[in-house]
Amino acid sequence: MSWILAAPIIIPFATAVLAFLFRRGPEGRWLSVAGSAGLLIASGFLMAEVLREGVVAAQMGQWAAPFGITLVADLLSAVMVVITGITGLAVAIYALADVDEAKETLGFHALYQVLLAGVCGAFLTGDLFNLYVWFEVMLISSFGLLILGGKREQLDGGIKYVTLNLVSTILFLSAVGLLYGMTGTLNMADLHGAVQQVDNPGLLIVIAIMFMIAFGVKAAVFPLFFWLPASYHTPAFAVSAIFAGLLTKVGVYSLIRVFTLIFTTDVAYTHTILLWVAGFTMVTGVLGAAAMNDFRRILSFHIISQIGYMILGLALFTPLAIVGAVFYIVHHIIVKANLFLVAGVARRIAGSTDLSAIGGLYKTAPLLGLLFLIPAFSLAGFPPLSGFWAKYVLVKASLDAEAYWIAAVALIVGLLTIYSMTKIWGAAFWKPHPEGLSPKLTALTARDRAALLVPIASLAILTCIIGFFPEPFVVFAERSAEQLLDPTEYVVAVLGEMPDIATDPADVAQLEAVE
Amino acid sequence: MELLVAIMVGVLVAASVHLMLARNVLRFLFGLILISNAANLTIFVSGRLTPEAPPLIHEGTDAPLQTVANALPQALVLTAIVIGFGLFAFALALVYRTYQNLGTLNSDEMRLAEPKGEVGK
Repeated sequence: MSWILAAPIIIPFATAVLAFLFRRGPEGRWLSVAGSAGLLIASGFLMAEVLREGVVAAQMGQWAAPFGITLVADLLSAVMVVITGITGLAVAIYALADVDEAKETLGFHALYQVLLAGVCGAFLTGDLFNLYVWFEVMLISSFGLLILGGKREQLDGGIKYVTLNLVSTILFLSAVGLLYGMTGTLNMADLHGAVQQVDNPGLLIVIAIMFMIAFGVKAAVFPLFFWLPASYHTPAFAVSAIFAGLLTKVGVYSLIRVFTLIFTTDVAYTHTILLWVAGFTMVTGVLGAAAMNDFRRILSFHIISQIGYMILGLALFTPLAIVGAVFYIVHHIIVKANLFLVAGVARRIAGSTDLSAIGGLYKTAPLLGLLFLIPAFSLAGFPPLSGFWAKYVLVKASLDAEAYWIAAVALIVGLLTIYSMTKIWGAAFWKPHPEGLSPKLTALTARDRAALLVPIASLAILTCIIGFFPEPFVVFAERSAEQLLDPTEYVVAVLGEMPDIATDPADVAQLEAVE
Repeated sequence: MELLVAIMVGVLVAASVHLMLARNVLRFLFGLILISNAANLTIFVSGRLTPEAPPLIHEGTDAPLQTVANALPQALVLTAIVIGFGLFAFALALVYRTYQNLGTLNSDEMRLAEPKGEVGK
């Protein structure tokens, strides 16, 4: 049981060590692909186990919860790990052609695998301090990946990314310390019961807001997102894609986890703040995208506006809204990573990501046009692609909750998303190339072409599958939402039983006595 | 005792916010180091301070005989210090490298990744 939970963390770490040892040869990159495939298989086993058994939990080092570190997977954690496996493998294959040998010698593949390990660890841990540690693992490897190559733009973007993320980390750490001081535990399942016993609810809300800000920076919500558009367009395309797909979603996952499991004592207050944040995030993100004139920078701003939709699902806090949030995350990771991969191919054959410097791709590389259209339409929410169902569920949930203005915002933002996707389409694909070049996919070597296009096509097919057969995915999201809104199963899986409320004040009293 | 440490944390945070508002990236980094120490102290205090009572268990017993210091926050602080040390070493190297390449530490002048006047072109 515990191996199933630990494997998605151990496999990438082991691969990272091997990839670092073989970083000077071609073995390193194939080890990275093999390790990512291993991660995908391990995540598949984990998902099967969770679907069969319900929430699975394991105590590391046999220290009983809540004293030891718990790894726990419910349906949301499991699906996030599976998606990490899918995107991880797709980007690892893409990196075969995208990352040059200089970066490989510097340890690209090792950093990449450590990043995957950090992301999986954050999804699987059941302990708040341990979550902090996984955030750091993720952060330090993302620092390395971001500035690998050392171009001036990368250093510039890197400074902003590093400093703002460190501030959020420190806020997270202080919040963890204060929460421990109030409740005497950091195990998330144990906290679910412990926060109900706190006799100072006002202070608890302060801590909740500290968590909201700390995770909000990671998730890039309004008004804390400025590090994202400053840095995401500077590194290698494979790095951009994995960052865009996974990193902000770890922040969203943490918000969902903490604000469904722990801080549900004053939903009317905390989740109303989240609702406003969601609205502003959607609008500012999409307006930023409309003002940009670079393939990757438009996509970076779109990440922000899409994060707003996920927060919207959490903020409404109805079963249907949570279904929408879970569905949206799954759909978004696949689509967003894919768009960045397409941007990389466009850069390779047309020479730039600046929309005024490229063009003519539809005429000379129609396949790439198709592969761009699928994720782009899906992102904008065209039926019958996956984004349509994700937006449909969220808009339906906001109408049911009688939050008409946020439903209107969501729809208008969808329209503006189409506008900036059309902008990319018109500039990069329809208008002739300004220098008269005719960029062709055949300009790439056969090996590069396969490594670049196979992951893009696979992710596009996956988007279509979710779009054409949404029912199993929605049913899955419904089950996941049930688990999130009623954490009994989660708590029982971790602690063995629902804590007896009557004994808890004694623990608190004991803690006070120590003081 | 807790009150004194709490005041110290407050002073540290105030000083670090002052430093972090500077345009100079190096000053910002120093502010970050201060505030991370404030966070560590916060964790330390939240475990309650018990002077002269190390968390040691006598031979032959399973639990400490009298009230002792809470060992868990100390372990948390140690972990946070080690992680913070690594991050700041990296951040300092990054700032130094940036200074070498861009020739400035003024964050207002760092506009390479987001050039001014590009919007609305």
